[in-house]
Amino acid sequence: MLELRELVVAYGAVRALDGVSLTAAKGGITAVLGANGAGKTTLLRAVSGLVRPRSGEVLLDGRDIGRLPAEEITRLGVAHVPESGGVIIELTVEENLRLGGLWRRENAALRRQISEIYDLFPPLRVRQGRVAATLSGGERQMLALGRALVSRPRLLLMDEPSLGLAPRVAAQIMAVLRRQRDEQGLTVVLVEQNARSALSVADHAVVLSLGSVAAEIAQGEAIDDRLRHAYLGF
Amino acid sequence: MVEFVNLTLSGITSGMVYAAVALALVLIWRATRIVNFAQGGMLMLTTFLAWSVIDRGGSYWVALAVALIAGLALGAIVERIVIRPVENKPPLNAVIVTLGLLVVLQAVAGMIWGGQPRSYPPAFTIQGFKLGETGLLLSPFDLFVIGAVAVVMVALILLFRRTDLGLKLRASAFAPEVARLLGVRVGRMLTLGWALAAVVGSLAGVLIAPSVFVGPNQFDAVLVFGFTAAVIGGLDSPVGAVVGGLVLGCALSYVTGYISSDIVTLGALAALITVLMVRPNGLFATSAGRRV
Ligand SMILES: Nc1ncnc2c1ncn2[C@@H]1O[C@H](COP(=O)(O)OP(=O)(O)OP(=O)(O)O)[C@@H](O)[C@H]1O
Ligand SMILES: [Mg+2]
Repeated sequence: MLELRELVVAYGAVRALDGVSLTAAKGGITAVLGANGAGKTTLLRAVSGLVRPRSGEVLLDGRDIGRLPAEEITRLGVAHVPESGGVIIELTVEENLRLGGLWRRENAALRRQISEIYDLFPPLRVRQGRVAATLSGGERQMLALGRALVSRPRLLLMDEPSLGLAPRVAAQIMAVLRRQRDEQGLTVVLVEQNARSALSVADHAVVLSLGSVAAEIAQGEAIDDRLRHAYLGF
Repeated sequence: MVEFVNLTLSGITSGMVYAAVALALVLIWRATRIVNFAQGGMLMLTTFLAWSVIDRGGSYWVALAVALIAGLALGAIVERIVIRPVENKPPLNAVIVTLGLLVVLQAVAGMIWGGQPRSYPPAFTIQGFKLGETGLLLSPFDLFVIGAVAVVMVALILLFRRTDLGLKLRASAFAPEVARLLGVRVGRMLTLGWALAAVVGSLAGVLIAPSVFVGPNQFDAVLVFGFTAAVIGGLDSPVGAVVGGLVLGCALSYVTGYISSDIVTLGALAALITVLMVRPNGLFATSAGRRV
């Protein structure tokens, strides 16, 4: 589904990603772990077109999308939930959700999708007419994920969805991801610092350190203590 | 009492024009964080085009349509060619570019039409209505001015609040990066935003032309008042722009009527300072806490 080959992204002289290669298999959840500044956010931004790779390839189903603008990559079915959600606080809950699926230009289907999101996250239905500025952190994260799902993406990029959330809400978000994978065949790249939470749903994990892949963890594999201490912090 | 009513009526009429100019500035400020100093030049150019139509024997309405369509095109072209390169650059670049554009537009208009102000006909008579024996400072043309600006404002509100296009325009203004992640072609939305703003500006130009005349520098004061109105309203709020325009229009009218027309500019300054002292972010400031 998604393959990165020798991806290099630099901000001026800082190499945030220094030759990263990885594969996210179709219908699987790939966790990307690592400490602050490891390059996790940069990786997602490179996939969704918000930063230009300096070299290397971003392949979506074999097609190099590394030079496409972000809005066109979205229209290929890639949804990116940025760090802290990116909910537009001036718009209502309903408007945020609607915006997520507008590009498909299927009004009837969009209404149905929005209603399904309300079923998935009932607190959003109650607050549909309120501006998003009035939502709690957990509700915003639900809205951000809901807004991404409204467009029925093939590939979902999530940047630290559990950051600052109560464990129960974080678990709820992870459960939704798992369900989407199992029922819709959604492919997910899940960036997390909270390795425990991410590994609870991931099929496969990659550990980034200083812009490079430091380790890969297959599902069910025992995580050795050295790795745990060096990169994962638990 | 009659004088007060009359000054208020005339204040509302000119206030609606300031409101339209303010709205043009606010639409662009919201979308791009750029103060479009060239707005006065843009509406001057489109009003000159309308004047040419009338000068060749065209009807008022054809001339108005020409001005509005020219505004739409000019706004889009300016955004694409002049503004696009300085978007997301330090604000000073945009200031220099829009000021430069103003100078260029005024020079071009001077070359084509000369520096001499030309008279521009009103759509309807400017003879005031009469209430018994007392003449009112409100004419059929004034009613047309108020109505035309009001119609455009209602249309804009419906566009922004009720349509998917409006939703995309708002999203592009509030959070361009997020909008792109949601598949919104933000570049197109900015072009459209500039085009819409320029249309509103063009309307203001044609409406005010009978009283200020048409010339390369005839609209400078209108732009200053429009900008003042926008700041009074909070620069970020379309509703604020309208209220700001009306407040300013009435304030200036009272100053002219009760004191002297020589100090209207001072009156504008006084109104601005008064509002900013009471509400430093303008009457309708909303987004004090953006950038989460
Ligand atoms: N816009 C930017 N300009 C310059 N340097 C940047 C920029 N964004 C990120 N960096 C740098 O790139 C490196 C990787 O940053 P990135 O945001 O990808 O890390 P991260 O793994 O997401 O960290 P965190 O867990 O704190 O979110 C860091 O050294 C950071 O300082
Ligand atoms: Mg990050």
